[in-house]
Amino acid sequence: MAATTTGSTLPSRERSALLRFVVEQPLGAAAFVVILVMALAAAFADWIVPYDPEAIDFSAMLAAPSPAHPFGTDAFGRDILTRIIYGARTALSIGLLSSLLGCAAGAVIGVASAYFGGRTDLVVQRFVDILLSFPIIVLALVVVAMLGRRLVLGIDVNLIVAIAIPIVPKVARVIRSAALSIREMPYIDAARAAGYSHARIIFRHMCPNVVAPFLIMLTAFIAQAILLEASLSFLGLGVSEPKPAWGLMLAGNASDFYREAPWMVIFPGLAISLAVFAFNLLGDSLRDWLDPKFRT
Amino acid sequence: MLRYVVNRVLLAIPTLIGVAVVTFFMLRVVPGDIVEIKLRGDGGNVSREVIEQERERLGLNKPLVIQFVDWMKGLVTLDLGRSMWTGNPVSEEIGSRLELSLQVAVMAAVIAVLIAIPLGTLSALYRDTAVDYVIRIVTIAGLAVPSFWLGMLIILGLLWAFNWLPPLTYTPFYVDPIANLSQLIWPALAVGYRYSAVVARMVRSSIVEVMREDYIRTARAKGVFERLVVARHAMKNAMLPAITVIGLEFAFLIGGLVVTEQVFNLNGIGRLFVQAVSRNDFMLIQSLVMLIAVVFILVNLVVDLLYAALDPRIRYR
Repeated sequence: MAATTTGSTLPSRERSALLRFVVEQPLGAAAFVVILVMALAAAFADWIVPYDPEAIDFSAMLAAPSPAHPFGTDAFGRDILTRIIYGARTALSIGLLSSLLGCAAGAVIGVASAYFGGRTDLVVQRFVDILLSFPIIVLALVVVAMLGRRLVLGIDVNLIVAIAIPIVPKVARVIRSAALSIREMPYIDAARAAGYSHARIIFRHMCPNVVAPFLIMLTAFIAQAILLEASLSFLGLGVSEPKPAWGLMLAGNASDFYREAPWMVIFPGLAISLAVFAFNLLGDSLRDWLDPKFRT
Repeated sequence: MLRYVVNRVLLAIPTLIGVAVVTFFMLRVVPGDIVEIKLRGDGGNVSREVIEQERERLGLNKPLVIQFVDWMKGLVTLDLGRSMWTGNPVSEEIGSRLELSLQVAVMAAVIAVLIAIPLGTLSALYRDTAVDYVIRIVTIAGLAVPSFWLGMLIILGLLWAFNWLPPLTYTPFYVDPIANLSQLIWPALAVGYRYSAVVARMVRSSIVEVMREDYIRTARAKGVFERLVVARHAMKNAMLPAITVIGLEFAFLIGGLVVTEQVFNLNGIGRLFVQAVSRNDFMLIQSLVMLIAVVFILVNLVVDLLYAALDPRIRYR
């Protein structure tokens, strides 16, 4: 993450890889900068924000954007810019954690399915087929209904699981096809001949070789996860008040004040779109850059 | 061709059964008792007997396999049991809302395809020009903007421009087409944008690819007008991958509807689903999930058949 600022301390090979990415994929680099700014703002929110995100101030209810409140305030007089910055914390942490969880589980399932092949592969792939015939939000909602809420350190663990599960079959499908060709490599035969366990071959010999598609999908699914978290929170089934979250800011009384306070609708949606856009763009650029096959 | 159709239809059946099994058992591996959640949810003290009665009434005391068989029998005869919350038959709850959601979904799909095909084609033909860049930015934005937020922006725009809000009560199309469309065109636009963005990107890349083919060069060399080269030779072949995406994205469209119906206060399937989830109404959830999966599988089936009809290579394989 800190690579852009402390480039001189990196070994020259890595520095040149980073430089090449910036030169070859300027749009991707721009997206990365946007994400970095968001991540820093989220991390240091306590220092850069003048208001408390949950402080209610009835003297400033529904205030229009002004120097004191650049994005205006909501129906409880809470500063919208502040809540958007704190909302970035929610969106990025849930987005990253659920994408990481979903992609990791999907990658292991995909690699294992390819490695064992035969009947195991067939059963796993049929199961993946079935999961793929649900729209992601439908699957996530079913998991929410199944698990309910469980807070650990202020984060709803079950929400992360609900967002991660629809990601698993999609990743498993792609990683499996990448792993199929790796399975035929001589070094896998060598590892088998050496008597290594299945788990060791899967984790130590095969997984490291699907890192490129893994990274591409991890980035792209962060975008999906942020969108999904926003949708679930909007429906009242994700993050709950008074925690600031972008989707939640659009829910509830935001729609009661279309006339009086359109800023309540406009800014949180812009934040969601910008974050999703940046991660999509970074994912696309990473794909073009890491995988020459996809170059058009 | 007939053999291909029969094969393809038969292949859909195991997937459907698989979906039913997964849906049913996924909702029942839940730790905790549905009835207890429902009756004791608010911290109220309910006696054992009341809970037992409720379990008996809902048929939850039977073994899981029997429950599953009952549900399957119901599915075939369209008797889907009763909502655990309202007590109304599930088929009634769904039936009264299906028309609205289906209309929005079909309208969104039509709008999306009508916008996407010309946009994608233009973008491909004017590749790397200003036209292409503008279209690409519009389509990439379509993937990032949440449809429910777009819906809210549409409402804001209507208020700002005409000081008018779409009607809140649903009028069937055959009763009053104008009232019907003035309510439903907006959600259709909101969910259709993402759909059209995805399709337009696919159309663009497949036309770009097709235009490099030898037969396009041949057509040009023998002096066919450029317009005919595009319309007859390129478009026909480029539409195949586009059709796949149109079909696949129809499922996403349903997902978009789940959230967007909330914005426009539409009493459709999506809203019903959200209500069912927030009330832990498992009977309703399992039937709705099944319905959505069936739509998805049917759309895929239609896409495959269309594909076979358009591309003879597939049915002879």
